[in-house]
Amino acid sequence: MADNNNPKTESHDPGRRNFLKNTGLVVGGVAGGSLLGGLFTNQMKSDDGKKGTSDETAKVDPSHARVFFGRFEDFIVLAAATELIFPEDDNGPGAIGLDVPYYIDKQLAGTWGINGDDYRQAPFTNLEGLKKIQKDDEKVNHARANRGKIFLEGLRLMNAESMKRFDASFDQATEEQQHEIMGDLAEGKLDMKSTPSDAFFALLKQATLEGAFSDPLYGGNKNMDGWRMKEFAGARPSYADVIESEEFVKLDPISLTDYHRKK
Amino acid sequence: MAEELKKVDVVIVGTGWAGGITAAELTKKGYKVVALERGKEQSREDFIGAKDELKYSIRYEMMQDLSKDTVTARSSMDETAKPVRNNNYARFGNDTGGASVHWNGVSLRWLPYDFEIHSQTVEKYGAKKIPENCTIQDWGVTYDDMEPYYDKFEKTAGVSGEENPVGPPRSDKYPNPPLKTTPSIELFKKASTNLGYHPYRLPAANMSETYTNPDGETINACMYCAFCEEYGCDFGAKGDPIVTVLETARKTGNFEIRNESTVTEVIHDGTKAIGLKYIDNITGAEYIQPADIVVLAGFVFTNNKLLLKSKIGKPYNPETQEGVIGKNFTGHFSNISTYIGARGFFDNEKWNLSMGTGALGAKVDDYAGDNVDHTDLDFLHGYEIRYYHLGQRPIDNNHVPEGTPAWGKEYKEKNLFYHNRSLIIRAKTAFLPNRYTYLDLDPTYKDELGDPLIRATVHYEEQDIKRAQHGVETCKEIMTEMGADIIDLVDVPDDVKFDSKFYTNHFLGGAIMGEDPETSAVNTYSQMWDMENLFVLGGSSFPHNSNHDPTETIGAFAYRASEGMIEYLGGEGGLLVEAKQTSKA
Repeated sequence: MADNNNPKTESHDPGRRNFLKNTGLVVGGVAGGSLLGGLFTNQMKSDDGKKGTSDETAKVDPSHARVFFGRFEDFIVLAAATELIFPEDDNGPGAIGLDVPYYIDKQLAGTWGINGDDYRQAPFTNLEGLKKIQKDDEKVNHARANRGKIFLEGLRLMNAESMKRFDASFDQATEEQQHEIMGDLAEGKLDMKSTPSDAFFALLKQATLEGAFSDPLYGGNKNMDGWRMKEFAGARPSYADVIESEEFVKLDPISLTDYHRKK
Repeated sequence: MAEELKKVDVVIVGTGWAGGITAAELTKKGYKVVALERGKEQSREDFIGAKDELKYSIRYEMMQDLSKDTVTARSSMDETAKPVRNNNYARFGNDTGGASVHWNGVSLRWLPYDFEIHSQTVEKYGAKKIPENCTIQDWGVTYDDMEPYYDKFEKTAGVSGEENPVGPPRSDKYPNPPLKTTPSIELFKKASTNLGYHPYRLPAANMSETYTNPDGETINACMYCAFCEEYGCDFGAKGDPIVTVLETARKTGNFEIRNESTVTEVIHDGTKAIGLKYIDNITGAEYIQPADIVVLAGFVFTNNKLLLKSKIGKPYNPETQEGVIGKNFTGHFSNISTYIGARGFFDNEKWNLSMGTGALGAKVDDYAGDNVDHTDLDFLHGYEIRYYHLGQRPIDNNHVPEGTPAWGKEYKEKNLFYHNRSLIIRAKTAFLPNRYTYLDLDPTYKDELGDPLIRATVHYEEQDIKRAQHGVETCKEIMTEMGADIIDLVDVPDDVKFDSKFYTNHFLGGAIMGEDPETSAVNTYSQMWDMENLFVLGGSSFPHNSNHDPTETIGAFAYRASEGMIEYLGGEGGLLVEAKQTSKA
């Protein structure tokens, strides 16, 4: 088991993807889903330490539970989709390893998921009208459905499309098959009711990048590994001493948990 | 029934630079001032530790709550306007200090050409040079008139800068030396110089050293922490109204800010303003605050909405071109004025791009205003080329070369690789007013109180597109000289239309200043022609947009207006400048 000080080496978990594939075998059954929920949670936590802890539950990150997504099946499609956008590679963890699915779940459960800060008075723009809008994010803004509803429709459509084409759920499909569906989604070729599918792709991608790179306080960017991969130093108080440097200055990131503690 | 409160000397809508400067100047003279601010109370304590990109840059914590009030937008009079529903399309400031708290700090003077744009254009190129629908007009003041007010603003805000080699004359140097420089800024400067341009450092209201302004307010030295744009300053190191003018006003004992107070109407008798009607956002109670002078110092949309709703001045009609309120709406529109230019990807260079501050950078003014001869150019006014080192944050910066897949392994690889290896230089272009770009009240959509939203109709004229395309070409030229391995252009297509984005806070006009009441709403002291004790301040009074950022000019005119208000209160009243009838005999 690796030590606490080097979380990066633990982020390469070749079993994670296989796990996602294999779980599809029983997803859908009530008992299976319930069981898998626990398994998935265990799989997504990284084994970063707690050596010698005899209590198994102490290793479980208590933020690894779903608040927006009722159905585990939707959540596992979300996980596979975000990992496809931002996969694990030699640079470090992918979306799942960064806890992006849990980040998105939490965001959808809050103000953002219900467009709470947005102007929401009718009339809205119908689907034909949305298709004529150039910018993907603007299509989402003018849709009547909120982001939560768009996510559920989009993920279920991706899964249904995968079942139809490949007789496999999206998370269980091969990478090539997943790419085919994601490509059609991104090009607006899948028929959604709430918004054109390219707009949902843009929303999904934006949320994935947010989960990879926002402060870890929101539940993503696990271990600040998203920032490490970008060589972004986080909530550093000052660069006054180093900003003029001719050389690239690599610094360990600081999260707001650390920064606020100093006050 | 609204409760009528005890009369004060001055009541102001808004607490940004325009309202804050007015409050400081009038309270220093002993006048009692009340400012009505629809947003929440905030102080520098709120910004300590505010280094949270998701909260501030992505979810727009400091911007107006659009669920209550927004604007609608369309790109021509033939279209039905849609509401601007999300802050990603509207970054309007809110709360104490307004947009001036989360500004970048770019502090630029406008050019002598700007204030006399019509007469100088006619004199130099002849009247035929002005395109048919272009409604440029002189302001009624000159740069020389404004120079002392610019100097005053720079000293209040503590601007760090160096002399512009092709800029207008100055009576004094900047109060602070330029900010620290970086290798990428130097690369931009070197490439520009090699090409014969005259780069200089962006004047910044971010302090290069700890500074005490003439009012006695101390602003701390900048830490280059890179959380500036869209953020309040963690260190009290940005010249903003909270650490300067609002504090100066507060210390006099003559000033009160009432937060959570949404002004709904200017109460008046047809010739004079009586006061402001507002609603307490928390209780819903309605009040009227009477005053000897009423000041609208809200954002451009707020000022125009209040004038139209209160039926002050004649609304502009684009068909007949009669009326003034709503006329000459302009801005730094994102796809033609601001977010265009050249992005370079460098395979063998790496910079400290996570570091920086709001106005850290350099710019080239060789094509600004009328700095080049326009005889053979198919546009008027100009653009500046700018390189910023404001500190790029990771959610908002995922730049990959064109042609990279939108997701997956290659996407991730290039996203990470180029994060500290790509630079963008941008053309910030002027946008000149035209007959079909204006503000009025939307016929469909309402705010939370049931009042119509303000509607922006923004039509791009050919000269605006040509100007922008010229700017992109110059960006490409400089980026090539900078040595990028891949250059992607943020281009301006020939058929580009307004994209309904209000992404900068640089939106101007609607209650414009001038010499003639037939073509302007206010005089050069920002005093309404139609209502002598009503002053309308801020960007709404600008008859056109320059390539330069508006903030310092807003500040300068607020100083001038304050001077006028003091004269008005101390004298017999009346208009501070007599109307010069020029358009109608």
